[in-house]
Amino acid sequence: MSFSRYKRELSALIAFCLLLLAVGVAAPSFFAGGNLRDLLINNAPILLIAVGMTLVILVGEIDISVGSQFAVCSILAGVLAKTGMPTPVLFLCLLLIGALMGALNGVLVGFLRLPSIIVTLAMLVAWRDLLRWTTEGAWVQNLPANFQWFGFGQTTGEILIVGLTLLVFAGFAWILKNVRAGRALYAVGSDAEAARLAGIDPPRIVFGVFTLMGALVGLAALLNAVRFSAIPGNAGIGLELKAVAAVVVGGTAITGGRGLLVGTLIGVALLGTIGTALTFLGINPFWEKAIQGAIILAALVSDVVLARFEKK
Amino acid sequence: MFLLRAENVTKSYAGVRALRSASFELRPGEVHALIGENGAGKSTFIKIVTGAVTPDGGAIEINGQPVRENSPSFAKSLGVAAIYQQPALFPELTVAENIAIGREKSGLFGLVDWKRRRRVAEELLARVGAKIDPEAFAGELSMPQQQLVEIARALGANAKILILDEPTASLSEEDTNNLFRVIRELRDSGVGMIYISHRLEELPVIADRVTVLRDGETIETRAMDEVDRQELIRLMVGREISTVFPKEKVAIGETIFELRNLGSRTARIHDVSLSVKAGEIVGVAGLVGAGRTELAKTIFGLEPVDAGEILVRGNAINIGHPCEAVDHGIAYLPEDRRKHGVILDFPISSNITLASLKILSGYGGMNFRRERELAAEYTRRLGVKTPSIHDSVSTLSGGNQQKVALSRWLVTKPSVLILDEPTQGIDVGAKSEIHQLMTELAGQGVAILMISSELPEILGMSDRIAVMAGGTIVKVLDRAEATQDKILSIALGHAGTN
Repeated sequence: MSFSRYKRELSALIAFCLLLLAVGVAAPSFFAGGNLRDLLINNAPILLIAVGMTLVILVGEIDISVGSQFAVCSILAGVLAKTGMPTPVLFLCLLLIGALMGALNGVLVGFLRLPSIIVTLAMLVAWRDLLRWTTEGAWVQNLPANFQWFGFGQTTGEILIVGLTLLVFAGFAWILKNVRAGRALYAVGSDAEAARLAGIDPPRIVFGVFTLMGALVGLAALLNAVRFSAIPGNAGIGLELKAVAAVVVGGTAITGGRGLLVGTLIGVALLGTIGTALTFLGINPFWEKAIQGAIILAALVSDVVLARFEKK
Repeated sequence: MFLLRAENVTKSYAGVRALRSASFELRPGEVHALIGENGAGKSTFIKIVTGAVTPDGGAIEINGQPVRENSPSFAKSLGVAAIYQQPALFPELTVAENIAIGREKSGLFGLVDWKRRRRVAEELLARVGAKIDPEAFAGELSMPQQQLVEIARALGANAKILILDEPTASLSEEDTNNLFRVIRELRDSGVGMIYISHRLEELPVIADRVTVLRDGETIETRAMDEVDRQELIRLMVGREISTVFPKEKVAIGETIFELRNLGSRTARIHDVSLSVKAGEIVGVAGLVGAGRTELAKTIFGLEPVDAGEILVRGNAINIGHPCEAVDHGIAYLPEDRRKHGVILDFPISSNITLASLKILSGYGGMNFRRERELAAEYTRRLGVKTPSIHDSVSTLSGGNQQKVALSRWLVTKPSVLILDEPTQGIDVGAKSEIHQLMTELAGQGVAILMISSELPEILGMSDRIAVMAGGTIVKVLDRAEATQDKILSIALGHAGTN
């Protein structure tokens, strides 16, 4: 076990620690319970999506349709909840709806071999406009009483959401390392032809990954929707960027085959914290996006530099 | 006065000698054939002349000028042009534009003189006797037409040295005759041509002289009317069979693996019938393009089978995907090790277990201890030289990478092992270790199919030898009756009959 194998994850972690340190010195009120709670609950859905995105990027593809899928799932979560569906069934339904949308991407990318960037770009536009056309921009309102926080009250609800998110995260991290499919996923992302020659079926792996991505979007949309009393029709705009950025900052190679979910967790934490941290540091929040961009660039550049360095 | 003179040119790739000492002369107005077995060094020599690779040693002169720093653009400026078996035109551009790319020299912002471009194209096409519309898209032309356009392009670039690499390999007789007419006209106008072909029978028709390469060395240059076909074959193979390939006698069992009239249109193979017994090594010989790798890929489920059947232990099996082949106990060590035999970024251990993840995983996830044990066992058994099984495969030498690739398949305990050029480009020590291992595996009752371009390896390791040509097995020879001349003669005799 050497540190050098995890240097990409470590450098993200160090950046995160430095950020916390800076805020801690300049504005200790950042660490007040309420603020941390907000941060956790705000970033939980993003973490779920970023977990799926890590799988997609590891296998050598990308999915930029997640924001639109998220919006569709959010609206459907509200619509289904209004039918009086019991919560467990609601969970299953959203996982299924998400998985179906993901599977559609999976078929197009995995089996028809279309480039994922184009397929998911088309889906990004298609799902968003389909939604705009059907809802005409209306919000889902008058949700049943047991929808918000699943009827548990805010504190329990929040614990539930964050706990479930971390559980899913841990589950995927375990699967990626310990289950055959996880190894196969890395193999396909590293060299699809070599994986095929070793008896792995790359299209099936790609299909599976996109389907899982969709299911995670469904779950994230539900966990996000229950925090509010109404569901907007334009949820999830820009979500794909946040997810991809977190994955890349967390040290996963954009070309596939290399990366860890722990890195993604750090990436989500770093990018998710930075906006709030800036406010606490008294820096104009308009800088948030610029700084996020700089972090992503720094991650990419350091990746290339590290790779050069390793070759020597 | 020579157009091209190469003396004692040498070149090694990663420690493997591709050219030992190649010498070659080309006079103006001659067609000089360059022949040799697969791997004799023809391609490397051509690449050196065209500036694609840099030689390690030796001297090259073009038009009497010593060439020190060659490069593709420099070679081109000296009048060197090469035409390969597969035409390399831009399919989306017109014929006139394709020809212009070779000759117009104005910078990126220079203006195009369309009229002139068209006129020049017409003139050049007329010179090669081609009736082709300069405004047609290159991608719409037939293969022979594209070849003529390429020649026109070379002429347009003022080529004095024209390299033709297997130009007739996919031409009909009529197109071949037309090509020969063009070649003769060019010869009479003073162009020197290097003509590479496996079709020995066409050399007396078109070539003036012939140079034979063998194992990276120039063996002889002769006037074409002084040598006959038998003589050429003798010069191509004329090498002692070394004793470095020992297949020891092992007990031969029942037939394990059988092909009956196997065919695949996409792989361009047809009517392949062959059987391999337990403990037997069957060598598959043939020229490049004879369909050997394609046959292996079809067996392994990488190309669809659309005729005949594959039998393992007497049962016809259906293989639609490599994972099914693996389930039936078939293993395939692919030809291009660095590209597809191993995953370079993966650690040695994961590479070794990649084809047998099933046996490593239970309901509790993967058994990492078992993985380490397997990796340690096979790296020891095959003598993979590495400090740690956790190092990535990219840190290993070629021979050791090949051992890792082979280990991966041995872990699956295959009953049929297909080896595609198992010792290509690896050092002698690793080579003999792999040969020993093959004998050992045969002794354990594995049926082995070995594709190799190296005839001594084929002769030394095989119990029987299947010679392929034109996408099918044309003859199966017994170990006792096989000689290099015989194999090459059969392979050449059927070359290009598809």
